[in-house]
Amino acid sequence: MGERLLLRGNEVIAEAAIRAGCECYFAYPITPQAELLEHMAREMPRLGRTFVQAESEVAAINMVYGAAAAGVRTMTSSSSPGISLKQEGISYIAGANLPAVIVNVVRGGPGLGNIAPSQCDYFQATKGGGHGDYRLIVLGPSTVPEAGELTMLAFRLADQYRIPVMILADGLLGQMMEPVELPDPIDADSLPDKPWALTGAAGRTPNIVHSFDMDPEGLRQLNRDLQAKYGRITDAETRYETVDTDDADLVIAAYGTIARIAKTVVRMARAEGIKVGLFRPITLWPFPTDALRTISGTAKTILTVEMSAGQMWEDVRLAVAERAETPFYGETGGVVPTPRSILSEVKKHVR
Amino acid sequence: MSVDTAKMTKVFERPASLTDARFTYCPGCSHGIVTRIIAQTLDELGIAERTIGIAPVGCSVFAYNWYHCDAVQAAHGRACAVATGVKRARPDRIVFSYQGDGDFASIGAAESIHAANRGESITVIFINNQIYGMTGGEMAPTTLVGQRSSTTPDGRDPALCGYPIRFSEMIAQLDAPVYVTRQSVHDTRHIMGTTKAIKKAFQNQVDGKGYSLVEILSTCPTNWGMTPVNANKHVAEVVTGVFPLGDLIDRG
Amino acid sequence: MPRGTVVIDTDRCKGCGLCIVACPQKVLAFSGNLNKSGYNVSHMENPDACVGCGFCALTCPDVAITVYREKPTT
Repeated sequence: MGERLLLRGNEVIAEAAIRAGCECYFAYPITPQAELLEHMAREMPRLGRTFVQAESEVAAINMVYGAAAAGVRTMTSSSSPGISLKQEGISYIAGANLPAVIVNVVRGGPGLGNIAPSQCDYFQATKGGGHGDYRLIVLGPSTVPEAGELTMLAFRLADQYRIPVMILADGLLGQMMEPVELPDPIDADSLPDKPWALTGAAGRTPNIVHSFDMDPEGLRQLNRDLQAKYGRITDAETRYETVDTDDADLVIAAYGTIARIAKTVVRMARAEGIKVGLFRPITLWPFPTDALRTISGTAKTILTVEMSAGQMWEDVRLAVAERAETPFYGETGGVVPTPRSILSEVKKHVR
Repeated sequence: MSVDTAKMTKVFERPASLTDARFTYCPGCSHGIVTRIIAQTLDELGIAERTIGIAPVGCSVFAYNWYHCDAVQAAHGRACAVATGVKRARPDRIVFSYQGDGDFASIGAAESIHAANRGESITVIFINNQIYGMTGGEMAPTTLVGQRSSTTPDGRDPALCGYPIRFSEMIAQLDAPVYVTRQSVHDTRHIMGTTKAIKKAFQNQVDGKGYSLVEILSTCPTNWGMTPVNANKHVAEVVTGVFPLGDLIDRG
Repeated sequence: MPRGTVVIDTDRCKGCGLCIVACPQKVLAFSGNLNKSGYNVSHMENPDACVGCGFCALTCPDVAITVYREKPTT
């Protein structure tokens, strides 16, 4: 701590993972997260840790599953189409109650899309993506320094709750450079014990890691236990930020880099006498429903702004219901809204 | 029935590394023989307590129930990638995967090849019975030309579905693997050969030598529509002609 | 030739018949008795011919056979 370095978002996530004690990193190249892979390729072997460039994103997530089952901190990173490939593996990790960190540096989609930034994977991250009743903790950093902090948090939450945690970044955050004070490396002795891990059954009964039960009542219990865990996480780990929402007539709901742009819009609007605020979810799952519901009691309009066709917008509407207007402004294709374009949308909705 | 142990010595019993669980395999299925050999190997090498097994999807999905060792159940085809993750995380443990022909050679083809190509220090057991058992007898990559299956009801036609794939030969082309062999369990002599091969494949890992693959020609009496005895005859007389037995690489 | 004997766990036996064919001494045969799973289990039809070679046990896919051999008398 102390030294400020000018670093790219991708590099900060990689370095933070190392400082969080990531032992094994498995990934496949894809733009726009190549720098994350390259940082790990240089640094992990130097530290005596594992770096494997896997043969595909499918292989990488399954390597993560294996390393997680063996009780080490492990991570993979990719971008949208690669995250699609990982969905089965993510479902297995969640179903088996394993900790892991998955980074999605979102790009334009669907299909091959492009390599420009987007937020079009919100549904995939928060509503499943993979099969079955499971959830990921989804963290949405909005600055390069926050990307580092949330990466450290991701490993801690993953181990604490035995759940895969996704860092939902985007191509803008991955590529931009900012001055960062990197977090201190964790103390290796502070890592939690994992008595369930596969370490060789010496002196104990064997541990079996699986997500399989042919007996419906057995599988129902596995599901009930997962849902109970998700309830505990919702109660304890929901995170969000508000800016100037107390007296706001219109609150922008945005996450990630769009929230950062929206902070500028709040300042610009206030300078023109328009009472605008910002509601920024930091955990996209669990979504800060209660906090947004409260704010929608006083604001007349909650304007969702996303680089998508309207994904987080649905969770906003669920939270707000009839308490306020819930318009949407989005850009797709990798087009990044500017402060001016967002402000002009804001003005359409305030009198 | 009681045996006079004053006069008789026990010369064979269930290996200690085998649990008491009753196998879920069909009568006469080769899986049980190979499972027993693996358990015996863990006993003989004294490695059960540091072994981690990877169970596949297929008839052997319950593989983790048979052994007194840690295990993880992998997604279909991904056992070699999961084994890679486990072994890289715990390099001093003995890691083995156990996979059928769909798991290893179809959906898992890329993972199987690349774990071998990276020379992951794991032991891979590949059960080749030329059919998909668990899902109801569909064609496998290794199904013989003319062989009937539920998805080749008139027999495998190469014009439509290609030819049986000799996957071990493909793995043997790679530089990294140290032991690649094809064995069989269709009679006592070949069971003994498989036993030697599996022991060598595990010993290689104990000695830190690298990647070993043991392909084992196996029977599926249920989906071949044969009695277990005739299924073994089929392996002896027909299958070994398509999948030749023997060591393809032995660099140990 | 030393004498041998085998004990077949009839709960595990699935009546597959492989032990019968594996035995070089033609000791084993289907017993005609069904176990609780309905399998026609194997048994020693000619126990005196058993030499305790263990081939039956090696081939049994359910590892249902325990093999004994006479201790040498010298």
